[in-house]
This record gives sequence, C-alpha cells and structure tokens, in this order.
Amino acid sequence: MIEQRAVEPAQLFEAKKESQFITGSEAIREAIRRANVEMAISYPITPQSESMHLVGDLFAEGYIKEYFRGENEFAVMSSVAGAAMAGVRVFTATGGPGTLRAFEAFPTWAGARLPIVCAFMTRGVNSPLTIQPDTIEMAYMLDTGIIMLHAETAQDLYDMILRAFIIAEQTEVHIPVGVFTDGFFVTHTRDKVKIAPADMKLPPYDPYSSPVPVMDMENVPFRQMRDPFVMKSNYVSYAAHASWQQEVMAAAERARKYIKQYIGELIETEYPDADILLIGSGTAVSQSREAMAYARSEGFNVGLVKIKSIRPFPAQEIRELVKRAKVVIVPEFNRVGWLAREIKSVAEDTTKIVVGPHVFGGMTMPPGMILDEIRRTSV
Amino acid sequence: MKKNIFQISPSFYDVMPAEYRELVENGPFEKKVGVSDLGAFKELSEEHPLCAGCGLALSLRLILASLPNPEDTIIVGSTGCSAIAFPQVAVQNIHSLFGNQNAIASGVKRALTLRFPDKIKDVVVIAGDGATVDIGLDMVMQSWFRQERITTIMLDNEAYANTGGQESGMSQEGAVLHMAPKGKTFPKVSLPELARASGCVYVAAVNPAKPKKLEKAIVRGVLAARELGPTYIQVFTPCPTNYKFKPNETIEKIKMRVKEGTYETTEFISAEAQELFARLEEGKK
Ligand SMILES: Cc1ncc(C[n+]2csc(CCOP(=O)(O)OP(=O)(O)O)c2C)c(N)n1
Ligand code: SF4
Ligand SMILES: [Mg+2]
Repeated sequence: MIEQRAVEPAQLFEAKKESQFITGSEAIREAIRRANVEMAISYPITPQSESMHLVGDLFAEGYIKEYFRGENEFAVMSSVAGAAMAGVRVFTATGGPGTLRAFEAFPTWAGARLPIVCAFMTRGVNSPLTIQPDTIEMAYMLDTGIIMLHAETAQDLYDMILRAFIIAEQTEVHIPVGVFTDGFFVTHTRDKVKIAPADMKLPPYDPYSSPVPVMDMENVPFRQMRDPFVMKSNYVSYAAHASWQQEVMAAAERARKYIKQYIGELIETEYPDADILLIGSGTAVSQSREAMAYARSEGFNVGLVKIKSIRPFPAQEIRELVKRAKVVIVPEFNRVGWLAREIKSVAEDTTKIVVGPHVFGGMTMPPGMILDEIRRTSV
Repeated sequence: MKKNIFQISPSFYDVMPAEYRELVENGPFEKKVGVSDLGAFKELSEEHPLCAGCGLALSLRLILASLPNPEDTIIVGSTGCSAIAFPQVAVQNIHSLFGNQNAIASGVKRALTLRFPDKIKDVVVIAGDGATVDIGLDMVMQSWFRQERITTIMLDNEAYANTGGQESGMSQEGAVLHMAPKGKTFPKVSLPELARASGCVYVAAVNPAKPKKLEKAIVRGVLAARELGPTYIQVFTPCPTNYKFKPNETIEKIKMRVKEGTYETTEFISAEAQELFARLEEGKK
C-alpha cells in the first residue's frame, strides 16, 4: 500500500494525471483507491464481479478498512445502508438482475438521506437468461430518488465515481449517487484513463455533516416524534410524508450545481446547432459519434448531445436543443427507449423525435444503423 | 454517548416537552437500572399506541429497561406492530424495511466498530416473528453464519399481527388464521435450535410473565454479542387483538402455554459464553 495523504477534492481532481491503459473495472479500482472509502460490500454478478474483486484487493492491501461478501443484493444494499446510517463512507456495485433483486432498498436510501455511492454495470434482465449488455435497468431506477450519472467511457467511470462521493455528501444533497456504465462495453475493454497520483485521496467523510441524525448514539437520541405518522390517517401524517418526499426531490435538484462544479455541464455537445441531433447516454454516445463522423463526411449536418446526468435530468438544456433541431434521433441499448421518453417529456415538439434505433439482447450497435436513420430522416 | 450531549440549554428549559425533561433528569442513561426499578426512573418508551393488553408492548418495555448500556445501544427494527412504538423510543433506532433488519444491523455494527474501536456500541435487532422467521430468515441466519456481533430479539406473537393476523412460520400447527383458513399445516419453526446450529453463542426463549428471567436473557444476550458473537432471544408476546382473547388475559395465556408445554422457555449457553458470564459475575462480586 502506498502511503496516502488526504487532500481537498479540487486538489485531487486537478492533480497532474498519469495515463494508464486499463479496463473499466480497473478504472473503478483506481477511483476507489483514491476515494478514502471505509467500507465496501460485494456480491458477484457478471459483468460487475471483477470490479468488486479489485476493490477486495484494495481491502487486502489496506486502502479500505472493512469489506465482505454479503448474501444477496437486497441484503448488501441493506448492509450498505446500515453502514451509511452509522456514519461511514461506503461503496458497492451491482448490475442487471442484482439491481432488480435489491430494488426495494434504493428508494429507502434516498428517503433516509444516505450518501451511498453505487456503481451499476448494466446488463440485460431475464427471461430468457442473459448476461449481455443492455441498459433496461436504468428505466426502472429513474424514479427511485437517487442521482443517476451515466458514464460513456472508463475515463468517465473513474471521474464520476470519485466525484460522486463529494456530490453525494454535500449536506444540502446527501442522497445516493448511482454511477451507471454499460456492462462489458466499458467494464471489459481497455482504454486510456488519466488518473491522479496514488498518494492522494479524498478527505474523510464527516458523518455529522448529515442533515439527519447519525445512528451512533453520539448525538441526541431523543424520540423522533410524539405520535408515529405511519398508519395514522390524518393531515399531519400525510403532510409529513409528502413534504419529506418533496425534500428528497429538492435535494436532487440542489445536486445540479455540484454536478456542474465537479463533472461539468449535465450534457456535452458537438455541433449543437446542426439540423439533425443524435442524443444519447452511455456507450450509445460512442456509437453515435462514429455515425456522426460518417454522416458529416457524406455532407449531412449532424450534431451530438451526450447526457451525463439522467437524474437530475437536464430538462432545460434538452428543451432548447430540441427546439433548434429539425430531427432528433435517440439511439439506445434497450428495448423500451427510456431516454427517448425522457426527452419527449421535456420537448415542445415531440414529432421530430425518432425513438431509436434500439439494440438489445447483447449486440453492439453498428453506427450504420444510426446512419440509416440519419439518411431516412433527411429525405 | 456522554449524558451531557442532550442536556437542555437553560433558556429552552421551559419550552421543552415534559417527557424530554424527565428523560434528561431521570432517564436510565449512565445508571444501573433494570426491570425491578420500573416506576422509579423515566423509561425509554413513551405512550405507545399499541393495543391494550399487547404482549409485545409489555415485552418491549421490559426489554428496553433491561438493556445493559442504553446510552450506547443502537436498535434496528423492522416493519410490524413494534415499528409503531419505536418512533417514541429514546434510543437511536432504525426502521428500514420489512425483513432486512439483520442485514442493516450488520452494516451498522461493522461501521460503528470502525468508528469507535475503543468504545462499546451494542447493536440490538428487535423484530416480529414474520420479519425474523419468514421474510427475513436468510438475512437473520446469514448474520449468524458470519458471526456478526449483534443481538437478535424476536417478538413472537405467532402471527403477522400488524397486517391483520395472518399465519406466520411461528404460528402453531393447526392454528386457523388468515391465509391459513383450514389451519396451519406445518409445525412452529424452532428458531432457537436453528440459532444454536447457526453459530449463536447464546440463545434463550423467555416471556414477560417472568420479567427477571427476561431481563437476565437480554443482559446476557447483549453482553455475549458484544464480546463473542451473535446471540438470539425469542420473547413470547401474545396478541389479544388477533388471537381474540381479552386484553387482561395475556399473562394467563403465556402461563397456560408454558404449563401445557407448547411454549418452552429455554436457554443455551455456549462454553465460551459460560466462561464470559462467570468472569463478569465474578467481577461484580
Ligand atoms: C416487503 C413487504 N411485504 C409485506 C409487508 C406488509 N407487512 C407489514 S407488517 C407485516 C407483518 C409483520 O409481522 P411480524 O413481523 O410478525 O410483526 P407483528 O406485526 O406481528 O409484530 C407485513 C406482512 C411490508 N411492509 N413489506
Ligand atoms: S395487533 Fe396484536 S401485536 Fe399488534 S399492537 Fe395489537 S395486540 Fe399488539
Ligand atoms: Mg408477529
């Protein structure tokens, strides 16, 4: 283990970086190595397992103080919640069926204001049994209350995970951040990733910056209420529950400025004034970028929008971009087209939005498919 | 926790609720009080809204009064009737979901061990029979297999009481309940035996008809979990509302069941726990 010193987040993020040719799973290890994580809990599922093996290696080396394999994803997400309630910085990861197995836990993370960081390495869900890349689980996660960042590359993954802790732990945010990446395409491929020196790490988490009491009996243990709200049919209990949920939503809204501060705008654009805009997230952006290059060489006026933050959603930014474009194409790695739905929900004129192309079941998306849409819509 | 953490600022004294003032002035923190002192100190629970004659409510009072170290105890609960009493309990307590209590407690205990390596922090799970033996059984047993240093207490009213009296794994064979309209077709689960086989260092089945015995089991369960490994305590807490007997008959019901041999009180002490208790009792003398 390399001796590390805790530095201010900005110092770590802006430190002179070294380029390494590593997989997405290894990029996760490098982020966690520098994240000053106290505890991590794992459970195997392809294509996530390798990343949590590597996090386990960090534990063996001494970078993390506590690590174990839980009994299933619901239990893991519960144990992670317990650890966060008791005031430590925690990390875990899952994907596909694991995400669904754990599902009931995610809204409670947000509701309990826990700054957990979880990586989701997405894959298809059964039936029939599949382990292949697919982003359908993100459709289910949209309304759990957690912040959702979507990494396109291993570099994004490294950057987003490290910054996710700082965003999640802001007192006025203090809700979980899920960093999603497309399984296999990012986790199992190698890419150049610029990483900070290994002798630096994030400052420790201060549990008493939490907006809700830490469960450690080191702060006032007084009964929370004189009358339990649950199961009372009266206005006060309705209002208490409703306002709590509104506050969780507001916390996600307040995260916008920290996402901007640490990760940049919620979207990135190339040729945003083009007639035809390709809008995507995750590796669909990489495929779209290639399609855009072909199309532009053929003389089509095509631009690209990469959405980095799915929750909070860049509603205002997307509305403006869609307004200017003649056609919007939304390529996705899933069958339901959840991103197109999101875009439609904020666009003024939804008729110019092409829902697709969609690839699912494990294939990659040939840029030719996107190119076909560009040609078809240009006629 | 040091008691001065929740001292009241003099300028706020008059506006603080009476029960808060009482808790600060005469609560059980940093005092050696137990069930025999009930009535002489301010209890940790306040005006619970559970039914009259509820065996669970009585047991919860006794359990809270028995905690050897309330100022450094964190309770993890689960959905069910007890969850309605916990918001008024003056020990930090967690309600997360139905059945995940032992997984939550595992995270809490390990995190507190990291944060306070030189301090005692007892983590105690208190949940219903449905939460413990049915929906949460895998997480309960897995926490035992992993030798998590937590105390698991089941409030056994032999039914899903909070949802209106359905059959649970702890109901007796033949019991006619909702979702078992022709009577339960399999026997009451013997969780004490499973606990023992799963690595619990101390196991007891007790009831509120014998408060001193209950207290002893709770103290032993907490101390053994603190020093050695997982412990399990099952408390028989009959439910007059769903089993349709009079609220003043709860204790009688318990005594009857014990007498007819359908609810055994048991205690299993592992060799290492035996040694620990002997040492602690020696230290007291
Ligand atoms: C996932 C889930 N399933 C079902 C329920 C409904 N539910 C709430 S309380 C409860 C019964 C609890 O039974 P038990 O654990 O025995 O506690 P008791 O109410 O009897 O004290 C049930 C089934 C729930 N809240 N969550
Ligand atoms: S329903 Fe039964 S267990 Fe629940 S509060 Fe009433 S008496 Fe107690
Ligand atoms: Mg019950």
